[in-house]
Amino acid sequence: MAEATIPIVEIGRVSKQFQLQEQTIHALSDATLSIAKGEFVCLIGASGCGKSTLLRIMAGFEQPSAGQALMWGKPIEGPDPARGMVFQDYALFPWLSVRDNIGFGPASRGLGKAEVKATADKFIELVGLQAFATAYPHQLSGGMKQRVAIARVLANDAELVLMDEPFGALDAMTRERLQDELLDIWQRTRLTVVFVTHSIEEAIFLADRVVVMTPGPGRIESDNRLDLPRPRDVASPEFNAVRRVLGAKLHSHHSKKAA
Amino acid sequence: MAMRSFASLRMTEGQDLTAIRPNALWRRAKPVVLALIVPLLLLAFWQVATTRQWTRLIPTPGEVAEYMVDFAVGGIYDDAYSATLTSHLLASMSRVYGGFALAALFALPIGMMVGRLPTARMLLDPFLQVMRPIPVTAWLPLSMILFGLGAKSAFALVCLGAFYPILLNTIFGVRSVDPKLFEAASMLGCRGNAQFYKVVLPAAMPSIFTGLRLGLGLAWFVIVVGEMTGVPQGLGAVIMDARTLSRTDLVICGMIVIGLAGYLSDRVVVMIGNRLLRWSPSHHG
Repeated sequence: MAEATIPIVEIGRVSKQFQLQEQTIHALSDATLSIAKGEFVCLIGASGCGKSTLLRIMAGFEQPSAGQALMWGKPIEGPDPARGMVFQDYALFPWLSVRDNIGFGPASRGLGKAEVKATADKFIELVGLQAFATAYPHQLSGGMKQRVAIARVLANDAELVLMDEPFGALDAMTRERLQDELLDIWQRTRLTVVFVTHSIEEAIFLADRVVVMTPGPGRIESDNRLDLPRPRDVASPEFNAVRRVLGAKLHSHHSKKAA
Repeated sequence: MAMRSFASLRMTEGQDLTAIRPNALWRRAKPVVLALIVPLLLLAFWQVATTRQWTRLIPTPGEVAEYMVDFAVGGIYDDAYSATLTSHLLASMSRVYGGFALAALFALPIGMMVGRLPTARMLLDPFLQVMRPIPVTAWLPLSMILFGLGAKSAFALVCLGAFYPILLNTIFGVRSVDPKLFEAASMLGCRGNAQFYKVVLPAAMPSIFTGLRLGLGLAWFVIVVGEMTGVPQGLGAVIMDARTLSRTDLVICGMIVIGLAGYLSDRVVVMIGNRLLRWSPSHHG
């Protein structure tokens, strides 16, 4: 996947500490990661491993305490439409219809009304919500809300889509459908996706690379390239072999602690 | 879309199931019937209490009803208050809505500043918290000194009564915006001051609206106090004058008119709210 010479995202020895009352929390320690354009990368780990912190640093919501986070070689200094975030709890604007939520970014960029509507409608179609264009978020199911959230960042021409456990709150059936839809969109648009999850299956099903992270302090344990052919069969022996290997890496810190 | 299919579903239900029509009729009448039970019981009690002369100071419902007609259109007693209802009601309404509008004019921007700007909060919040428990009645003497006897004073007191609910709900509304929405807006390219108009204001609308509704209700609530300041016109003035004249029938008429006017004005506000806040699942009064 070495099509571009400069990686789209480069995380160099990034650490992040938070001050929580008297305590210093080492959320992320010395993380280094480089992502090429078009890659689908999953960050996986138990809670407290720093995967969300790393994602939020890529988004520009947090600044690293040490090290640097670069996009196309330039420091990430704050949120930017080039990096779209999909939140676990959707974070849709409840007062806007589906169409206006998706058109929020284009409208903020100062596009004309007709153009905003055309853009929004294009992405409403992409996620199959034509029948709900004028519905409000509270009228939608969780799966539909997350489709709106995905369409919203795509409508804003995001090159890099950051997803923070986006399907974590959905039921199993809806989650599988959205995983398929996401892969379909990714393959058609050649976006770069960084996807945080705590499910090994989800990571193996989706990713080109699975970055395993471990807590206390949060750090990158290993970076695993998957060569399984797509579409992937979760019941295949190959899939299960990868699951075993990653499972062992994911739980490695437990045995270390026990020792 | 979903709404339209729901409406059509209801229509076919009505056409097919004519046998259960009385049932559907009851379902529609039920809220009205239930709402009338307590007032009717109270009316019956009032009737019994006054005809049996448990008290001689309160007129019967019939007498009050008769006086209400005279108060509204005249032709029965033809005294100083006959056919003056409209002018008193209009005088009170102008004070209620005027005072309310003035209160909103101050409370909304102050609330937004106190809610969003730490400096404004430190500057104004302690002062406002100390002023807030002082009831409107306590302000009456000072208001008469500051604004004189008459309409200006009434206006100021109504304004004061409506001010705090609008202020507090505005502060609450602009402060309790989900922080995720700011992140969502900024990653979509909406930053800085634009976030105030695109995120804070719409997110705070349900709270602000609740504040406006409570404020208008309180404006009606304090109108009698407001019109204790020696204004010649207004429902509050009528009640105060009728009290000194021992005209209890007139007092009760004034009370009923204030109640109904306040109720109707609240219904209008709720209807506007339900329209504007269609998006909010929790906002249906």
